[in-house]
Amino acid sequence: MRSFSYERAQTPEQAAATVAGKPGAKFLAGGTNLLDLMKLEIESPTHLVDVQDLDLDRIEETDDGGVRIGALVSNTALAAHRKIRTDYGVLTRAIVAGASGQLRNKATTAGNLLQRTRCPYFYDSNMACNKRKPGSGCAAIAGFSRQLGVIGTSDSCIATYPGDMAVALRVLDATIETVTPDGAKRSIAIADFHRLPGSSPERDNVLEHGELITHVTLPKPIEGRHFYYKIRDRASYAFALVSAAGIIAPNGATRVAFGGVAPKPWRVEAAEEAISKDRKAATAQIFSGARPTEENAFKISLADRALAAVIAEARS
Amino acid sequence: MADNVKTGPSRRTVIAAGAVSAAATSIPAYAKPAQLPGKPPMRVPVSLEVNGQAKKLELDTRTTLLDALREHLKLTGTKKGCDHGQCGACTVLVNGERINSCLSLAVQHQGDKVTTIEGLGTPDKLHAMQSAFIKHDGYQCGYCTPGQICSAVAVLDEIRAGIPSHVQLDVSEPPPLSNMEFRERMSGNICRCGAYSNIAAAMADVAGGGA
Repeated sequence: MRSFSYERAQTPEQAAATVAGKPGAKFLAGGTNLLDLMKLEIESPTHLVDVQDLDLDRIEETDDGGVRIGALVSNTALAAHRKIRTDYGVLTRAIVAGASGQLRNKATTAGNLLQRTRCPYFYDSNMACNKRKPGSGCAAIAGFSRQLGVIGTSDSCIATYPGDMAVALRVLDATIETVTPDGAKRSIAIADFHRLPGSSPERDNVLEHGELITHVTLPKPIEGRHFYYKIRDRASYAFALVSAAGIIAPNGATRVAFGGVAPKPWRVEAAEEAISKDRKAATAQIFSGARPTEENAFKISLADRALAAVIAEARS
Repeated sequence: MADNVKTGPSRRTVIAAGAVSAAATSIPAYAKPAQLPGKPPMRVPVSLEVNGQAKKLELDTRTTLLDALREHLKLTGTKKGCDHGQCGACTVLVNGERINSCLSLAVQHQGDKVTTIEGLGTPDKLHAMQSAFIKHDGYQCGYCTPGQICSAVAVLDEIRAGIPSHVQLDVSEPPPLSNMEFRERMSGNICRCGAYSNIAAAMADVAGGGA
């Protein structure tokens, strides 16, 4: 690990301004992903601004019946919150389907959104990776790609966004609130938060350097059966091959986002009306334009079967 | 405990001495340390309460909580397995919650209360979970055991606190103290010897008030 200096921020505005003023600076919250990457020198910040003392660790109900989640709320605390587990079951289910108990105790809401891909070529610094080292190429495209993305990818990068929580947030139409380095506040719809790689896969999301997530806001609860169906190579503590987060309303209206298939939680609202009538046609529309490799083409039919499974369960 | 005086060289001190003598003979006299990129190491004071005792350290910012415990406080009960949060051997309790001490910087834990396997119980006065692991043969080589025991103690607290899990049919309900729950919640602790069934039995014993 490269050496770095360390400080604790007292306000979100101060944290943002400090990181923005230093090119090599980064925020540190739980650290569960950042420390892992720093040990491998995939990340090598020269200065860490620890945000743990900021007053961002509460979950509050909003005036319009929704919920405002502080950026520092731990994954465990969010999953266990009374209103989240009763009214936003898809979110609790997604969180407890990810990582381990130890990691969920330390990992934060904002940090979970910002976690980086687990593409094995991103993690192996002997391999070419445009996300880790822009312009070096992508060893994954002709490599072992079973775990990697099938849609939204590019000729530069086929890595997936690895998390579970954000897939549920996508289906819940969450909004991400930030403070920018000049102290202004910004709201970003979850749909617009994670980027597609295009020719600049080193940028995972739309945040600028020094922009700090302060809250994640959920609109009022959506009635229906909430599910998070995760398919992986072992039954616990593994990243998704395919996951499906969704809500099936009493009248059959379905909304669904898929994880493990793309550089961001993958949801196509325009296809959702068709799900209750012709599921196969709807999933074909959701995955239209997919560019799978020979090794991961199975993910598209697996996604359709995951959706079929939850629809069957909702009817039972 | 950390302050125990040992008589004679331990395996660890013998290895350390060997490394020093090997280094002394292999580095030419003219070699100077290469100028590495990045900043010179920054050292910071860190105060922790470890197993009920106040500890003051001065550490390189890069020092993980795990290395602070093992290398600086000589509490070697907590183990380093993968050092990447994948195996759980480094699990300790911080302010009552289990975390991977390898994925946390010591400097993040100013003022925190840390409990390691040495703080849970002693050979003369074992914690109920330690006794249960012995009774149910919940280990073989023992390397993952301190992490398993710290994790198991925390899992029972988490279930009693109503923290939901992936194997619950209804996450709005309180979770049960069941074998399925123990197995799911212990998935962040890997055991290469495969003692999982006996670990779950030990946990059931403690959960049921026995052991």
